[in-house]
Amino acid sequence: MTNAIKLKAKDYKSGLKPIWCPGCGHFSVFNAITKAMAALQISKDDTVMVSGIGCSSRLPAYVDSYGFHGVHGRGLAIAQGLKVARPDLTVIAMGGDGDGFSIGGNHFIHACRRNVNMTYIAMDNEVYGMTKGQASPTTPMDWSNSKLTPHGPGVRPFKPAALALASGAPWIARAYSGNPNQMAQLIAQAIEHPGFSFLHVLSQCITFCPEQTDWKAIVNEREEPAVADADEAAKLFLHEDGFQTGLLFEQARATWPPEGMAPVADDALQNLATAFRV
Amino acid sequence: MSQQSLSIAITGAGGAGVISSGELLLQAWAREGGRGLLRKAFGPQIRGGESAALLKLTAGERYTASGQYDLVLALDWDNFSRFEDEIRVGPDSWIICEDGESLPPAVAALGANVLSVPITELANESHPDGRVNMLALGLLGNLLGLPADSLCDLAGQKLSRKPEAYREAASACIRRGAALSLDCPLDPPARGEPDTWYLSGNQAAGLGALEAGIRFVAAYPITPASDVLEWMAGGLEQVGGQLLQAEDELAAINMIVGAAFGGVPAFTATSGPGLALMTESIGLAVASETPVTILNVMRGGPSTGIPTKSEQSDLNIALGGLHGDAPHLVLAPLDIADCVFTTGWAVQLAQHLQTAAIVLSDQFIGQSTAVVSEPRRCELKLPAMEPVDTDYLRYKLTASGVSTLAAPGDADQRFTADGLEHNEKGAPSAKHSDHQLQLEKRQHKLTAFDYGDDWAHVEGEGPVALVCFGSASAAVAEGAELLGSQGIATRTVALRLLAPLQADALARALAGCERVVVVEQNHSKQLFHYLRGQMDFPQAVHSYAVAGPVPLSANEIADFVNEVIT
Repeated sequence: MTNAIKLKAKDYKSGLKPIWCPGCGHFSVFNAITKAMAALQISKDDTVMVSGIGCSSRLPAYVDSYGFHGVHGRGLAIAQGLKVARPDLTVIAMGGDGDGFSIGGNHFIHACRRNVNMTYIAMDNEVYGMTKGQASPTTPMDWSNSKLTPHGPGVRPFKPAALALASGAPWIARAYSGNPNQMAQLIAQAIEHPGFSFLHVLSQCITFCPEQTDWKAIVNEREEPAVADADEAAKLFLHEDGFQTGLLFEQARATWPPEGMAPVADDALQNLATAFRV
Repeated sequence: MSQQSLSIAITGAGGAGVISSGELLLQAWAREGGRGLLRKAFGPQIRGGESAALLKLTAGERYTASGQYDLVLALDWDNFSRFEDEIRVGPDSWIICEDGESLPPAVAALGANVLSVPITELANESHPDGRVNMLALGLLGNLLGLPADSLCDLAGQKLSRKPEAYREAASACIRRGAALSLDCPLDPPARGEPDTWYLSGNQAAGLGALEAGIRFVAAYPITPASDVLEWMAGGLEQVGGQLLQAEDELAAINMIVGAAFGGVPAFTATSGPGLALMTESIGLAVASETPVTILNVMRGGPSTGIPTKSEQSDLNIALGGLHGDAPHLVLAPLDIADCVFTTGWAVQLAQHLQTAAIVLSDQFIGQSTAVVSEPRRCELKLPAMEPVDTDYLRYKLTASGVSTLAAPGDADQRFTADGLEHNEKGAPSAKHSDHQLQLEKRQHKLTAFDYGDDWAHVEGEGPVALVCFGSASAAVAEGAELLGSQGIATRTVALRLLAPLQADALARALAGCERVVVVEQNHSKQLFHYLRGQMDFPQAVHSYAVAGPVPLSANEIADFVNEVIT
């Protein structure tokens, strides 16, 4: 695409007003996505935002690109089908922790394993916000603010980065909604990474988890380069506190589907039919 | 005069190759202009166990399951009891079996003519690598008057990737079997023109889908639909499409929604349990107006049910399994050859009407192979989409209900497809007026479309109408013929388009009939209840519904009609 005028971040916004609560971390993710798009001068017509259901999954409609707001947990499946059918497009899937790690958990691990060339941004606020505050797969064991689990979920939370690594994801990064500039850079890198890039975003929900305002003090930016060795990355992801941000793991791995399909004969369809003749 | 059909069962231990014998015999028969059907029956074992090739050679191309077998060739009797319900023999039947093996008491009691042949010994004599199934093939080919050269040629093609010794052994055994002179008079049906096709309903459906433009398939294996997907994997590679093996059916349906949103016609195939998992996102395709086609090869249900056997019991879920008001297309191929037409029609309708189409095939037509005349194709002449004005409205309210569908990459027509209710632009809306208008739009585009004459196959005149859908049509047509020979004239209506039901056309087709008998292969009378819920019948309406896995019987249908009219 040739743009006569250089697009700014705000040019990538559709103008639809977000439904999010004031102070929601997802505003910051939205801004970072549009900043990254502007940094790459990405074509609006050739980009698709795909999501499932949840607060964060509302984001595609707010971006001035093509979009698909699907059903709960299935954004990654829609996105992979789209990217495999249309490899020319830039496909960015997104959603929340419940959508991605609970109802969509199977699609998450298989997307990591399959390594289709696309980006997945998981906005993790450790809570189901749209249904008014229930525990998610990343909620701390003792979080007792939900009527559904008044004594806390009592179940160990997932470590999304460890799960992604074990499932074969070749590019794993973490960002924080309080640091939109770093996040925008990571999103741009994720889009440019040739393969499945998983960006785990700590995106606070001050409505149901006001204690997440404390994240600001805990979050720390990684200064070392990304780990390239899977053994080392496993140690990192199993033992870290989950608040380290930056590009954490990067490894070259073949994407799916393999490139370079066999040439198609003009009479291929006819040959398929002819094969059934007695 | 030749009889109308000749039924032959070849049984043996799994691995003995009886299915190959059946396939080669039918192909050689087809080369000589013959018509016929091959059903494959297996025990529940993954490998081994007992298997049977159930052949029905016929004068025409109306393929029903055999009631009784004229000839059973049993390579051994181990586990034969598993097929006792399926392979019935009578006093006029012939049994050819291995010399020295005693007949099971239940088979002996039927009083059939028995011929003992030292099959294993002859196969071993013929060639060091000789196999009993090839000897049986030669023997049967000879009884049917088929040239041994043709059988050897077909066997050679099937074994083309095996070592030369395999082909030599096969030829030696075929010729040895063909040279046997057995006192077993068979009366094969008349043969016709040899210009035919040989394929299964599952292959036919795959071909229909690719010819209609499908270029993306997401696949999750399930019996009895896996072979559609396996055939399409090879087919797509040749025509430049993609097949993605999904992690589950939830992924498969959403992957095709994604591909279709990208403007690439997309398809999946499944069976009952998979269809149940897919229903949520079939609703997403309906709401977001994304065209997808789902082939559901029905098997015995509910739950895991009877995975390897046929039943027409997914009609209810196909028609009404989606939550909310979700109008969509439901079609059913009438026979193996019609799988090409109906699947192609479904794809073209789904694409044009921007909705989900569910095609209800079943294990019987899906996994049986048959010799058929060149299948009819579907080429709809569809109106062009309206040109887009400057302010693109994805869900624009139009006279036809169909609005122009842009795809990513199209310049300046950006929109977000949504399963949330939305306005014309596609922005989420919970307003009653938007909901009402979009519900009407999605309904109207389906009901206002002119489906032409292919909604059903209507035949005959008479006071009794037999109404059915999909694969029941062959047994119903045979039942109608039987009734005709008994002096009872009938009209048959085999429905191909089930939703939206063409109620006016059906009422016209039934005009003048005094009684309607609804015939279907399920327990709860699903079609009967559906039709009565959709229309007011001036006629008395009767239900003839029999659960699978036994195939519908023309005799029993005729008996039922006789019962209700007296």
